[in-house]
Amino acid sequence: MQVTLPRKLTTRLLRTLEIELKVRQSRMKNQILRMLTGTLAFLASGVALADELNMRVGVTDISRQVYDLHMTIFYICVAIGVVVFSVLFWSVFQHRKSKGAVAATFHDSTKLELAWTIVPTLILIVMAIPATQVLVAMYDTGGEDMNIEVRGYQWKWQYKYLDEDYNNSFSFFSNLATPKSQIVNRSAKTDTYLLEVDEHLRIPINRKVRFLVTSEDVIHAWWVPDFGIKRDAVPGMLNELWAIVEEPGIYRGQCTELCGKDHGFMPIVVEAMPEAEFDAWYATKVTSEVVRQESMSKTFTHDELMVQGEVIYGTYCSSCHMANGEGVPPVFPAIAKSPVALGPRDDHLSLVINGVSGSAMQAFGKQLDAVQLASVVHYQRHAFGNDVGDISQPQDVINLSNGQ
Amino acid sequence: MTVESKQQNDIRRTVKKLALIVVGMCFFVAALVPLYDLFCEVTGLNGKTGGPYVFDEAKTSPDTTRLVKVNFLTNTNEGMSWDFWPQKGAVRVHPGSANTVSFYVKNTTGRPMIAQAIPSLVPSSAAEFFHKTECFCFEQQLLQPGEELEMPMRFIVDRGLPKNVQSINLSYALFDVTERVGLPEDMQITDNQVSPVTGG
Amino acid sequence: MSEVIHADHHDDHAHGPAKGMLRWLYTTNHKDIGTLYLWFSFAMFLIGGAMALVIRTELFQPGLQFIEPEFFNQMTTNHGLIMVFGAIMPAFVGLANWLIPMQVGAPDMALPRMNNLSFWILPFAFSMMISTLFMEGGGPNFGWTFYAPLSTTYAPDSVTYFIFAVHLMGASSIMGSINIIATILNMRAPGMTLMKMPMFVWTWLITAYLLIAVMPVLAGAVTMMLFDIHFNTSFFNAAGGGDPVMFQHIFWFFGHPEVYIMILPAFGIVSHIIPTFARKQLFGYTSMVYAVASIAFLSFIVWAHHMFTVGMPLAGQLFFMYSTMLIAVPTGVKVFNWIATMWRGSMTFETPMLFAIAFVVLFTIGGLSGIMLAITPADYQYHDTYFVVAHFHYVLVPGALFSIIAAVYFWIPKWTGKMYDESLGKLHFWLSFVGVNVTFFPQHFSGLAGMPRRIPDYALQFADFNMISSVGAFIFGFSQVFFLYVLIKTIRSGAPAKARSWEGAKGLEWTLPSPAPYHSFTYPPEVKSEEVHG
Repeated sequence: MQVTLPRKLTTRLLRTLEIELKVRQSRMKNQILRMLTGTLAFLASGVALADELNMRVGVTDISRQVYDLHMTIFYICVAIGVVVFSVLFWSVFQHRKSKGAVAATFHDSTKLELAWTIVPTLILIVMAIPATQVLVAMYDTGGEDMNIEVRGYQWKWQYKYLDEDYNNSFSFFSNLATPKSQIVNRSAKTDTYLLEVDEHLRIPINRKVRFLVTSEDVIHAWWVPDFGIKRDAVPGMLNELWAIVEEPGIYRGQCTELCGKDHGFMPIVVEAMPEAEFDAWYATKVTSEVVRQESMSKTFTHDELMVQGEVIYGTYCSSCHMANGEGVPPVFPAIAKSPVALGPRDDHLSLVINGVSGSAMQAFGKQLDAVQLASVVHYQRHAFGNDVGDISQPQDVINLSNGQ
Repeated sequence: MTVESKQQNDIRRTVKKLALIVVGMCFFVAALVPLYDLFCEVTGLNGKTGGPYVFDEAKTSPDTTRLVKVNFLTNTNEGMSWDFWPQKGAVRVHPGSANTVSFYVKNTTGRPMIAQAIPSLVPSSAAEFFHKTECFCFEQQLLQPGEELEMPMRFIVDRGLPKNVQSINLSYALFDVTERVGLPEDMQITDNQVSPVTGG
Repeated sequence: MSEVIHADHHDDHAHGPAKGMLRWLYTTNHKDIGTLYLWFSFAMFLIGGAMALVIRTELFQPGLQFIEPEFFNQMTTNHGLIMVFGAIMPAFVGLANWLIPMQVGAPDMALPRMNNLSFWILPFAFSMMISTLFMEGGGPNFGWTFYAPLSTTYAPDSVTYFIFAVHLMGASSIMGSINIIATILNMRAPGMTLMKMPMFVWTWLITAYLLIAVMPVLAGAVTMMLFDIHFNTSFFNAAGGGDPVMFQHIFWFFGHPEVYIMILPAFGIVSHIIPTFARKQLFGYTSMVYAVASIAFLSFIVWAHHMFTVGMPLAGQLFFMYSTMLIAVPTGVKVFNWIATMWRGSMTFETPMLFAIAFVVLFTIGGLSGIMLAITPADYQYHDTYFVVAHFHYVLVPGALFSIIAAVYFWIPKWTGKMYDESLGKLHFWLSFVGVNVTFFPQHFSGLAGMPRRIPDYALQFADFNMISSVGAFIFGFSQVFFLYVLIKTIRSGAPAKARSWEGAKGLEWTLPSPAPYHSFTYPPEVKSEEVHG
């Protein structure tokens, strides 16, 4: 037994290694197979990957015009490429020393030079005409049926429905809804990975919607490929965009101007609804705004605050302070056992409301209402091993805002 | 003069000329700043609406053939947590008539702060036709903690506004400029205007 | 008629180069300085390339696997800065230093000591810039285009070092360009009129003027940034009455000529290599010169095509669309002239020629995607997506970079007296060619499908092309390390090269022995008509 044990052990080790290698090989094999299939699929191209290879036609008249223009210019460029490269490759194959070619001596031709200056200029003029027409059409911003302010924040969008009666205006934030666990590869990614939000923008079809784009902090950009529109969101400046969407559906886009750490994680989701459905939704939204305003004076229980607070923490805080409250010190301090979370409640509320200037901690007083602020601060004071034992109500937040 | 020292002289002359070009381009880029502002002011290209406008109310005659809708957007920037809202979300006005609207601000923090409102207007073709005779954006506003203020804005839409412009969107972005400007030494000041700021 | 010109040498020069490491620190010799620039740019190229591989590793699959988004932004920013300012530009300056004096028949550059300073500023500036990656708060993370206010109010503390580094690089470029223009205008051998100059010299003359015109503008932009950050000014700060969009105008007023600065010398190089290996004179020399001049002039009036989505009024958009489309005309003329040079020549396909032909084909593809981008209404769908990334990598990698590699293979026998191994060179070419296309061609599709730029993670519909692109990047990266091996092997044990190392090579440099002597053309050469503008 003593003699065979080492042998058994060695055999065992070898077998484990073998299995390990096989698993790695099969993983590698899988990856290589996927690459090969991907390459083959890409080469096979055509209709199967058509939506991955090309721009979308989109659902507005403008987006269709843009698509047609894009295809026209593309075909002209392909034609130019084919002609030019055919001549080049013909020459490469025919005019080689190994084939016995003897070099000619010409090195000038005014006629040719004129030809290949004038013809491309004419081609460009031909391209410029439809391009100008589409651009002029896009700049016709008048006569809108509704205005929506689109405001870029680091790192989310805010949508404000503007009404002539300011009391009927309301706004909400649109945050990335993909769970962190998918991003860090701990759970499977869904079809709308990185393109889903907690509350999306809703607009009616067949009405001219004007988007007024601006920014809270740095330059962002708002893009919905299916509408064919994109505009930078510049702080302190207003930009306008418009769309008349013809088909109901859900359309997704992304921020397209580098705006900091989570530039890739602030998607845009727009639902275009039939007019009647939209009007109904809009009416309920206006009334629920009233309800929400009234809840500011409500008193919540500890459990209610913890439930609400956890959701808000996950959406607004966990990307920097981490899901377990440990943060990434020193840049993103821990909340677990932190002096702020264990200290006076109003100081903690103030910090969340006003942010810390010069740091990455934003002023959430602008983004969260009193109920949300009270909930998330209460949650922070009673989670991650903290248990301060006090309570925060929306009215406390409001009192702070009144300078009391 | 030897050929070689002539060459050295030629080189020196070339270098001097090139150095002048470099210096000239430095002046050019410095000049770009006021030039850009001038260009934008004249054409209204970046949505800026110009300084205080003086006009004689007796001489104005409203163009009653059309109404222009003016939408107001209010925002605070960079985390500033003041309340800021317009009395009306939009008004419909006749070009050529004088109008007044109000905006409200409230300092919801626990410290005195100074704010600067930055206007921006679209469409840019309308910016040069939008005149403000009185605007809180011409001055910085100092508010004590908890203080609320009503701020009037008087404007006139020029009769020359292009006919195809039926609505104008004017946004005000409020910025915290307390540190930039500095609080006055005497913090008991009740007058809400601090030193005027040009442009706006 | 030739005059005897005694160059004003210090005594020690008469004994050849100084011994030891200090030779490189103190040298005022254009060949030494050219070598320094070239090795520096290669080192920077490998560093910038490593950053690209970090990027492509993270983008191999959806999800965040290797690095955090903050670090990813530092990688994309520094990859861009290092490649533009540390690899491509210094490589072209190195080629200028080596070749211009020999090609015009001059003993050295006009201002040899300033030449030394121009080079040695760079390792200092780049060490400082790269060291910011290790500082608290990290290095620059706002893109190589560093738009305000992300690069001012929201920048990490190291931004001040970044600004200082940019100032230093700009000073180096300006001094180098003054040197190049002074040399070309005043030190040509008698008989070499402007219209007899080699194309590489012409393209560098025009490039140098572009540099002295726009580098001060870049300096102005970063100085305004510095003031906004530290001295409470409001150039780009809306709160103080400034305008973030003004930054973009100023930056791109520099930025667009900058990209032509990075391609015009490439055009010059290709205009030497193709005639050599086609054994036929360059077609249309005069129009080639005028084409380069018109491209340079037009480059000043197209800048806002980088800003089509910023909210400019219709008239501005139209103007910049038309002017941008117009640049295609002189560029097209050049491409046609190169093909006309090949046409009915007697071609062989040594490594430099392979890279030059690949340049013509792939740069043209980049140019055609550029025409697509010029079309403003369509650009709304392309702007800030991978379609733009594909476009500029096509014109910069198989464009500028391939021309630099071609130049190295072409002139290394002159510089070192040794010939590279032709099979190894061809292997390097094919690996690079496959690598560059597998990396960047799929990015056209990712962009059209809707993938934005500068994101560390992406939606699932972009996964396949990203995986392919990352594989290509590693092939390409490996092939450049292989290039280093080829170079070292050549320098150490390459076969001896002839003075006229290539059968069809024309130009004054090919009348010198290989390797070229430390001091050449101490007396100006006779400018024979068969050597000029070949």
